[in-house]
Amino acid sequence: MANLKTSEKKSKAQSMGLHTEVLTGKTQQKFFNPDEAENFYYFGTYDVDFNKRTEIDVKNMDCREANKKIDELMKDGYGTIVIKNPQGKHSLGVGILNKLNLIFEGSLGYFGCGSMDGPIVRINGRVGWSCAENMMAGKVVIEKNAGSCFGAAIRGGDLICKGSVGARTGIDQKGGTIIIGGDAGAFTGFMMQRGRIIILGDVGINLGDSMYDGTIFVGGKIGSFGSDAVEAELTDSDQDWLKRKLKVAEIGENFDVSKMTKVVAGKKLWNYDALEPTEKKGAI
Amino acid sequence: MCGIAGLIHRGNTSNVGFELQGMLQALKHRGEDSTGYALYGKTDGQNFIMRFKVGENVAEGSSSVKEDVSVYDERKKIVDFYLSELGAKVIKEDRILPYSLRYEIQYDKDLMEFSQKIESVEGVEILSMGKSLEVIKDLGNAEVVCNRYNLDKVVGTHAIGHARMATESGVDIKSAHPFWGYPFSDVSVVHNGQLTNYWNNRRVLENKGMRFMSECDSELIAVYLAEKMRNGATLEEGMKESLVGLDGVFTYFVATKDSLGMAKDTMAAKPLVLYESDDLVAMGSEEIAIRSILPQEIETYDPFDGEVKVWQI
Repeated sequence: MANLKTSEKKSKAQSMGLHTEVLTGKTQQKFFNPDEAENFYYFGTYDVDFNKRTEIDVKNMDCREANKKIDELMKDGYGTIVIKNPQGKHSLGVGILNKLNLIFEGSLGYFGCGSMDGPIVRINGRVGWSCAENMMAGKVVIEKNAGSCFGAAIRGGDLICKGSVGARTGIDQKGGTIIIGGDAGAFTGFMMQRGRIIILGDVGINLGDSMYDGTIFVGGKIGSFGSDAVEAELTDSDQDWLKRKLKVAEIGENFDVSKMTKVVAGKKLWNYDALEPTEKKGAI
Repeated sequence: MCGIAGLIHRGNTSNVGFELQGMLQALKHRGEDSTGYALYGKTDGQNFIMRFKVGENVAEGSSSVKEDVSVYDERKKIVDFYLSELGAKVIKEDRILPYSLRYEIQYDKDLMEFSQKIESVEGVEILSMGKSLEVIKDLGNAEVVCNRYNLDKVVGTHAIGHARMATESGVDIKSAHPFWGYPFSDVSVVHNGQLTNYWNNRRVLENKGMRFMSECDSELIAVYLAEKMRNGATLEEGMKESLVGLDGVFTYFVATKDSLGMAKDTMAAKPLVLYESDDLVAMGSEEIAIRSILPQEIETYDPFDGEVKVWQI
């Protein structure tokens, strides 16, 4: 490998495996064109029929085998896939970029349904840490409880847990909606940047700590507010949106949303201009 | 990253050695440097069972050295002599490995004095002392250690265990979990996490006469709880105080002769999944540990930040 300190910008980029020119005819990357939206598919996605249904038992499979099997079934056009006996295995249902009805009859371990874009997933059991991490779009419904880091860094879609969740739900969230039917642990919404979190039950300490933006709605008691998280006025349009969202999510349909607490970013943490020069230096 | 697991049968006994082996083996990807078991067996409760080592099984980063078996023999002789001096009567002795021994002992005096005397022999460490507790720990994954010490037939009420990825200290038995809650009989601790005020607490506790055998931060929890209990606190009170007194990230289990407890730090930074029913509590760093003994669909949950729970047999 070339010496990165001495090489020119272009050759440095090439040495690091990057390229500076625009590739034409060489890349598998597809760029979105609204005029061709009907025909737009990611590389590696398939045309599936939701009425074509099948079941697989993953009891004796590891996560790679199970995920590969899901991929093969989508390739064969199956649009509804039921997974039996997941038995708490990690990383099941990850990286699915397809429209798909995926049903897990049981519980998932860590990192279930991560980095997905499009599927509708129903999990009849519980999920471990970091469920649906980095989800781009789609919907995930969990019937029981969830572990910590639920919906970490999601960009879009709806993530619904009908039970309670652990700590750091929605950490680094960048979009989408997370809905919790029960309670949530400490540091919910930690460093969230966009999107919404709805918690019908109580929430632990340091709610919305260091959040940049986004909105958190809490139905129960709040352990404490985190740094720069502040209460905001719950508007009529907020209430309309909450009612609509809870109805669509089939959770807490009769919940009195008018009593919810709305939490947003105070946006003071990153305002270094207000600091004295010595403080500014320290902060930098 | 380490893995911890524990279970307690309430109102009955089971093959806890085999069950814990399955739970820890399911967590082996969290660390295979060493594995430890704290098994609370079915005994008549008359005699103490002392598990101790007279040498080390040494691997990467350990400050210990491998020694000849003749050195172990010599140390064993001194231990036997000290036991007779202390008035302890050895009912049964097993030498499982050249460096690892199990004695059944009749003894009714102070355990601190007893331990100090035995551990004054160079290279000797009491791994556990109790009327039902036996701590077995060695290098390798759960299956390796279980087979090496024939643990799969052990029947008892409860157990805790640890699969270790060494980060804070070397790969050897002295740094492996579980830690005995010296000088209390039947108290053991396993921990997943890092303690950041280890040295501050250690200095304070050593000044109060407590003993540390390793430089593993997790040992602090056992010593910290033992010191609280020595001053009259109940196990649960000691555990609640630890949430403030111990700094860092942790989930730990502690077991006594008739109870099993868990504590999680106030940031809930370390994982724990819990299953609770009328006759069984099982918990582990990951759900797959619980699934190794309960493959059917079950209700589990993650305890919240700052939560302390204790169950009785």
